[in-house]
Amino acid sequence: MVNVVKIAVRNLLRYTRRSLLTVSLIAFGVVFVLVFVAMAGSFKEAIVGSITDNYLGHLQIHRRGYVASIESLPLNLNIEPAKLAEIQQALREVPEVAGASERIKFNAMFSTFVETTGLRVTAVYPDQEFAVCPKLPTRVAQGDRTPAALARGKILVPELLARGMGIKVGATVVVVATNKDGSVNGKTLLVSGIIESATGPGGRDGYIHFEDAMEILRMPGKEITEVAIRLRDFGQIERVGRALRERLEGGGGGQAALEVHTWAQLSPFSTVARLIDMMALFMKVMLIAIVLISVLNVMIMAVYERVREIGTIAAIGTLPSRILSLFLVEGVLLGVAGAAAGVLAGAAIILALNVWKVSVRFGGSLQLFVLSPRIDLFEVLVASLMVIVVSVVASVQPAVRASRMEPIDALRHV
Amino acid sequence: MKLLGVLRTKGQRPAPPQGAGGGAKAQGATVVRATDLTKTYAADGVEVRALRGVSVDVEAGSFIAFIGPSGSGKTTLLNLLGCLDKPSSGGLEVSGTDVTRLDRRQAAAFRGAQIGFVFQSFNLIPVLTALENVEYPLVMVQDRPASERRTRVLELLEAVGMADQRDKRPEQLSGGQKQRVAIARALVTRPELVLADEPTANLDRETAYTIIALMKKMRDEVGTTFLFATHDTRIIGAAELVYTLEDGQLTGRQERRG
Repeated sequence: MVNVVKIAVRNLLRYTRRSLLTVSLIAFGVVFVLVFVAMAGSFKEAIVGSITDNYLGHLQIHRRGYVASIESLPLNLNIEPAKLAEIQQALREVPEVAGASERIKFNAMFSTFVETTGLRVTAVYPDQEFAVCPKLPTRVAQGDRTPAALARGKILVPELLARGMGIKVGATVVVVATNKDGSVNGKTLLVSGIIESATGPGGRDGYIHFEDAMEILRMPGKEITEVAIRLRDFGQIERVGRALRERLEGGGGGQAALEVHTWAQLSPFSTVARLIDMMALFMKVMLIAIVLISVLNVMIMAVYERVREIGTIAAIGTLPSRILSLFLVEGVLLGVAGAAAGVLAGAAIILALNVWKVSVRFGGSLQLFVLSPRIDLFEVLVASLMVIVVSVVASVQPAVRASRMEPIDALRHV
Repeated sequence: MKLLGVLRTKGQRPAPPQGAGGGAKAQGATVVRATDLTKTYAADGVEVRALRGVSVDVEAGSFIAFIGPSGSGKTTLLNLLGCLDKPSSGGLEVSGTDVTRLDRRQAAAFRGAQIGFVFQSFNLIPVLTALENVEYPLVMVQDRPASERRTRVLELLEAVGMADQRDKRPEQLSGGQKQRVAIARALVTRPELVLADEPTANLDRETAYTIIALMKKMRDEVGTTFLFATHDTRIIGAAELVYTLEDGQLTGRQERRG
């Protein structure tokens, strides 16, 4: 085998420029795939991280039907105390749960005494919310960035409204809402900070303390709209989601059943994430095409140019199987060299991107997404193996053709 | 020059397939027995009868030239004897093996074990050095161990006067040097039979004489049978038996003593 490889290497070096061009083309394809996968993965991770760490959490539990009408933030689909206790018990039994934040969401009127507008209120227990959404403080453009910003009697006002209505930190505002019985109530709150949405200035989402919401909504007992859950390991989302679904979605007892959703089911970005995955797949298909065409082209040329040589080695007794292996090894070597060069160059580029800290900022968002492209060894192995396998496939036809040549015909070839 | 002791080591000859003779034939033994060989080609829809009932026996250690005008069937006959082609009819035994029954793979193995080829255009492998070209059949055909290969190859290169050029590639060699390397390659597997088709056609007069002398010396020292297809009067002059082919038939047989 060593001699087969030696001869194959020499034959490739015989046409150095052509071999180098082919290896470069394959390497370019590998680099493209690896860098794209690394960048896309990093981008996806950054965005998903932003979505989950800012407001969604990894999983959410709602009363059945709530998500379908989420835009109107209906209060009549809140989770009642008995079910909440069931949820709390279930979450205590799941060790992967790092934190859970109980929330009430409702529409309200927001007034500075001079102007009034609509507001979407999320009422939380600050410690729970900061544990589930660790990036929440990074969205606070002005004011207090600690859980104290959401102490009772305080409000984080969305930047869009603050700017439009000229609200400063320390100002007093009123939040008025209608409860599920139809009665209206309001509460005066102190502006503790100005908060932007996860994707930059915009949105009408403000935060207050959970008990302030209970007071505004005149709740006789504790009801919640949702529980946002953060897991210790992002990779466990599907598994824990399934387990919670089995436990909580049974329903019964006259009460509506609960629904457990992953972040991907709640955010439209999951479609973008799937699109990114599809693009990575498309890149791999392109790589297969590049390798297939370039190796096939080189090997067909190699056989065509060396017909007399094939005739000679066949005449002096080289078995067809060995002639086949000579050409297969040539093709494989092209693939191996291209994959190796591509992996090295790809790794260097990914390293350089990490050193240079490529960052993305959406609009005027406070949050800077620093991309940290990295590639799994598995992805590298998949790309390399794919190149080598396709090189073999591309070499098969020319190699079989060479091995089946009749020496007498090949020797006559001009 | 001390020649080719290693080629006489009979015990190291590769086992030929299908009951081939195995080992160099004693002088006078029959190496080739062709009986009423015919070969018909279809060229552009026209049937061409390249050989028409050729019968010939070749004794071991012969130095035989097949001569005749172009298209007389010399090369076709050599191709049949070399198991590169199959006769349309007739019988053909080489080294005791009925080669008409060999399939592609068996024919390749038989050629690798029993037959050496010397081509008009030398047909050396361009990416290999002189030494590697000679070594090629031992490596890629017979899978001989490295130590045995090296001894045999170096002795042969010494014998053909190419030991000092062993690391050169074919492109760096003259025509005569290439043919010397080709002869060494043909002999390195210790074949019963060496077939040479116009081996001197591309060589100048002086080089051609040197190459002929070299082959004859190999025959004398090793006992290999040499068959030539040629127009070259220098080979014809050196041959001990000359067959004339015309229109695919043997029309003359002339014994000489060189």
